[in-house]
Amino acid sequence: MNDLVGSLRTRYRDVRTSRELRAFLADPLNIAGLAIVGTLVIAAVFGPLVAPYDPAAQDVPNRLQGPSLAHPFGTDQLGRDIFSRLLYGARLSLGIAVLVTAIRLVLGTTIGVLAGYAGGWIDELLMRLVDVQLAFPGLVLALVIAGILGPSLRNVMIALAVVGWASYARVVRASVLSTKEREFVQAAQLMGVSRFRITIRHLLPNVASPVIVLATLNLGTVILGTAGLSFIGLGAQPPTPEWGTMLSAGRHYLRDAWWIANIPGVAIMLTVLGFNLLGDGLRDILDPKHDATSEKIT
Amino acid sequence: MYNYLAYRFGTSLAVMFGVSIVTFGLVFLTPGDPAEVILRQQLERQPSQQEIDAFRAERGLDEPVPIQYLDWLSGVLRGDLGSSYYTDTAVSTLLVDALPLTLELAVVSMAVALVIAIPTGVLSAVHRGSAVDHASQFGALIGVSMPNFWLGYLLILVFSLTLGVLPVAGAGSYSQLVLPALTLGTGMAAIVTRLVRTSMLEVLEDPYIDTARTKGLRERIVVYKHAFRNGIIPVVTIVGLQFGSLLNGAVVVEIVFQRPGLGMLLVDAVFERNYPVVQGIALFTALIFVATNLLVDASYRYLDPRVSLGGETA
Repeated sequence: MNDLVGSLRTRYRDVRTSRELRAFLADPLNIAGLAIVGTLVIAAVFGPLVAPYDPAAQDVPNRLQGPSLAHPFGTDQLGRDIFSRLLYGARLSLGIAVLVTAIRLVLGTTIGVLAGYAGGWIDELLMRLVDVQLAFPGLVLALVIAGILGPSLRNVMIALAVVGWASYARVVRASVLSTKEREFVQAAQLMGVSRFRITIRHLLPNVASPVIVLATLNLGTVILGTAGLSFIGLGAQPPTPEWGTMLSAGRHYLRDAWWIANIPGVAIMLTVLGFNLLGDGLRDILDPKHDATSEKIT
Repeated sequence: MYNYLAYRFGTSLAVMFGVSIVTFGLVFLTPGDPAEVILRQQLERQPSQQEIDAFRAERGLDEPVPIQYLDWLSGVLRGDLGSSYYTDTAVSTLLVDALPLTLELAVVSMAVALVIAIPTGVLSAVHRGSAVDHASQFGALIGVSMPNFWLGYLLILVFSLTLGVLPVAGAGSYSQLVLPALTLGTGMAAIVTRLVRTSMLEVLEDPYIDTARTKGLRERIVVYKHAFRNGIIPVVTIVGLQFGSLLNGAVVVEIVFQRPGLGMLLVDAVFERNYPVVQGIALFTALIFVATNLLVDASYRYLDPRVSLGGETA
């Protein structure tokens, strides 16, 4: 009997999942998002194998060359191949985005669960901490933290992680607050299930959907933030093929060599667009009740 | 109503107290001894122990940290944010000098954003699913995804370097405000368009809209007189909230266009490790942020009487 119920439940879940998946794949915008992100992942993983040149190899006689067969995206002010640098940059951007988003997610979720589950003064304290973090314009705080720690890519990642966890904490806390009042959680509590187990088995699965959506959109904002801070000069330092740094170097050659600044610009925009498309698509199937007016950019 | 406002004012004060601790504490993120690092940056050589001690004594850095914080806080409460490590100019003077340029940029950018976003969002909602809707939604997605520093250089490339109709950079004249405001405003427009559209779509589904239609009112009146008024309310909130985050964008845009506003002051100060200036700007932007949120909350309750008063906001 139990087996039957179990298998029916699994089947129901499968049907629902496949219906959602079909709806997701029916939207051309989602397909576009998948295609962009897929390309980025492939570039990040296989880029160094495909790249025709060493991203740091200078070839001064061939500097500022426009796009050609030898250099599909042209060469920069030091004669380096922009296509190769873009491929290496993809690995950097994607890696940073995933890592920073993961830290934000873990930090924010932990704080959100603690606040929502513990309640009382712990909740009050943690939520005021969230308020304080959200009281700063995100990029301004990240800029200050990264600047004081000293210009480097690692410090930019720390800064971006520290300023971005609060929205996760809010979402998770709200969800935990409503879930913990539901019968199945109370039943589990009465049966003496440990708090840790209740959190893992009952509270976290219920926050997964909004958190996944938030994280997907966050990957795009982190890429924008990293590029922005690198553009200012706080992130990756010059020889590193980071997209924001490349764009920043190209600004002095706008008139004579438009490709140096604009090709990394297109790369950043497409990447962020890809994550935004995916995030919007995921939200439609995972979190349909989402209230668009509560959106906030960091 | 007044109870609620008093409560919100109280929590805002508590938040600002937290902000002041964070702002003050930021300095201690310096790798190594702050006094030594600051002096090395200033003197461009290794400072001697005497120089470090003299600097500490001059800047009150030889006191215990809690005393330093209280000194700093009591100064801040009297409007004294300290002085620049380099020029000894009062930080408040630097702030007041730089503020108008940033404020001007933020206000004009917001105007640009609203002029684009409100008509586009309303049209999009009224003609849901049409080509206009798809085009505006896709445009908004591009706008959200575009790094504003890149957009800035694209505009410079087209309008300054190719067409030669607008200046590349600088500040002071209206022609120098056009490109920065377009850069910052179009990005903002993308966000606001999506919100106007969502909000209008929700309102257009309300029963009172059906009533207005059944009364035989012309569609134009229904949309622009009945739906628009309610549809625009959430936009007020968002505009307020986004106004704070315009400060984020202003930092980058000021660097692109070499406008000596708050953003540029901040970036220069960060690179020079001019901590009093950094702290002053961080505290000030947070204050603007918290104050706009408070104002938005208050005005929202005034504009939309349906919002319950004295409610919990979380």
